[in-house]
Amino acid sequence: MIWLGIDTANSPLAVAIVKDGKIVAAETRNMKVNHSASVMPAIEDIIKKAGLSPSDIDAIAVSQGPGSYTGVRIGVTVAKTLAWTLQIPLAGVSSLKVLAANAGIYQGLVCSVIDARRENVYGGVYNSAHQLESVIDDGHYSMASLLEKLKEIGQPVLFVGQDVDVFWQQIKQQLGELATRAPYTFDLPSAGQLIYLAEQVELPAVEDTHNFVPTYCRLVEAEANWLKEQKEQKR
Amino acid sequence: MGEFIMENIYILGIESSCDETAASVVKNGTEIVSNVVASQIESHKRFGGVVPEIASRHHVEQITVVIEEALKQANIQPADLNAVCVTEGPGLVGALLIGINAAKAFSFAHGLPLIGVHHIAGHIYANALVQPMEFPLLALVVSGGHTELVLMKEDGNFELIGETRDDAAGEAYDKVARVLNIPYPGGPQIDRLAHESDGEVDFPRVWLEPDSYDFSFSGLKSAVINYKHNADQRGEAINPMHVAKGFQDSVVEVLTAKTLRAARQYNVKQVIAAGGVSANKGLRDALTATFNKEGIPFYVPPLKLCTDNAAMIAAAGTSMFKAGKRSDLALNGRPGLELLSWNK
Repeated sequence: MIWLGIDTANSPLAVAIVKDGKIVAAETRNMKVNHSASVMPAIEDIIKKAGLSPSDIDAIAVSQGPGSYTGVRIGVTVAKTLAWTLQIPLAGVSSLKVLAANAGIYQGLVCSVIDARRENVYGGVYNSAHQLESVIDDGHYSMASLLEKLKEIGQPVLFVGQDVDVFWQQIKQQLGELATRAPYTFDLPSAGQLIYLAEQVELPAVEDTHNFVPTYCRLVEAEANWLKEQKEQKR
Repeated sequence: MGEFIMENIYILGIESSCDETAASVVKNGTEIVSNVVASQIESHKRFGGVVPEIASRHHVEQITVVIEEALKQANIQPADLNAVCVTEGPGLVGALLIGINAAKAFSFAHGLPLIGVHHIAGHIYANALVQPMEFPLLALVVSGGHTELVLMKEDGNFELIGETRDDAAGEAYDKVARVLNIPYPGGPQIDRLAHESDGEVDFPRVWLEPDSYDFSFSGLKSAVINYKHNADQRGEAINPMHVAKGFQDSVVEVLTAKTLRAARQYNVKQVIAAGGVSANKGLRDALTATFNKEGIPFYVPPLKLCTDNAAMIAAAGTSMFKAGKRSDLALNGRPGLELLSWNK
């Protein structure tokens, strides 16, 4: 069984090939580059390095979001088109869970954080003592409200993701000793972890690929405003 | 040496530059084998225009469905294709990226050549799907984002001889529609109102310098806005039909006169109209009558080839394919892409 993994949900780019439970090749880049220009060359390169051709791939795992709208869409579009045209299954994994998986050896709560600007984050909390069971659902939260929820839970939390730095002061203020910053080696998504997580669940049917869409965790602003107006008019 | 017999060329075209997700298979650059368009117009109507983020989200939902349908209708396998062509720009960047990344993934999966195509070249080559293009040729390109006169001395060669200095014709239509409280998309409605009108408001014609082939529509747009504003201040109702006809006549007269003058100066064998606004009946009728009288063949594609589609991208792409043009997997969306000749 040969997997291709793709993560372009945020500024890092990660691709990997896993064959029969072994990582054959993996690459993670964290430079200010354009995913649209770089992801296909990176995929071509890693498939070549692994001594494979596109038709050898048996399944694809993609980071489904949340994250940068455009970044998530680029990965999903590439993954979806490859899976559909090669007639192989496509598995989506939460971009926040992929980050949390980096802290798999930490026996406790892991909070993945992606900056969504204006004091908001895409965040999710997982329990790495229980196979990354979800404790707080992936979502678009104000950082303050996410920290409020964590305070209520009252357990030690490990924070992962490069955007943790943006909020670290606020986190420390709210959670004090409960909060630990993961080392920077845990901050970038690994496409190997992505594939590993995709392997834990049943493979979707090949026919489902057409319906595969990103997880945005957020309405388009124009849509949200429009719904609000409709509501006000009804009053 | 015997005559070299060209094999048939089959091109898959993909287009996602604005609010249509489209895919098509075209044979030899002239024959449409399939042409699938998923329009999002219903989703954008309530916002009074295209919302880029919503357009991008719809493209991701539709892209593989549309490509599959185009291949199915054409009854063709990826291995039978010669290349994949995709709109590289101009357009909404987030929207362009979906078609481009799908095209790249598809071309990589099947080892097919990839070619990035200019959207306006596509609109011009929509004509090649209807009748052979003869050069020198003059193209009037009118759409929501463009108003241009393009001279083609030969296949794949473009010279921009005139363009709008402010609003595109289609943009002016959208804005005037808003003034008249006509729901998006307003262009076709203004066209209809103008046709049914029994009178017209006299609006100015903007000619710019006597030898210029450039256009300007912002003054006309302001004249319409002022007319409505003045009527409002006097507490008078305006006649939307008269406004529509006055506005449309001004646009059509300037477009037609400049196209005629350019056609004469460059002694062209063919004049074509291209782009979304060339679906406008008032404009089509005026251009047809003018060039009939002048004795220069004039063509405008059928309506479904005037609006955004992928067959036109495949048609232009076929000419690029024959000229040896290729893109690599680093192909990216370019919202401000310039129209460059591939035959110089």
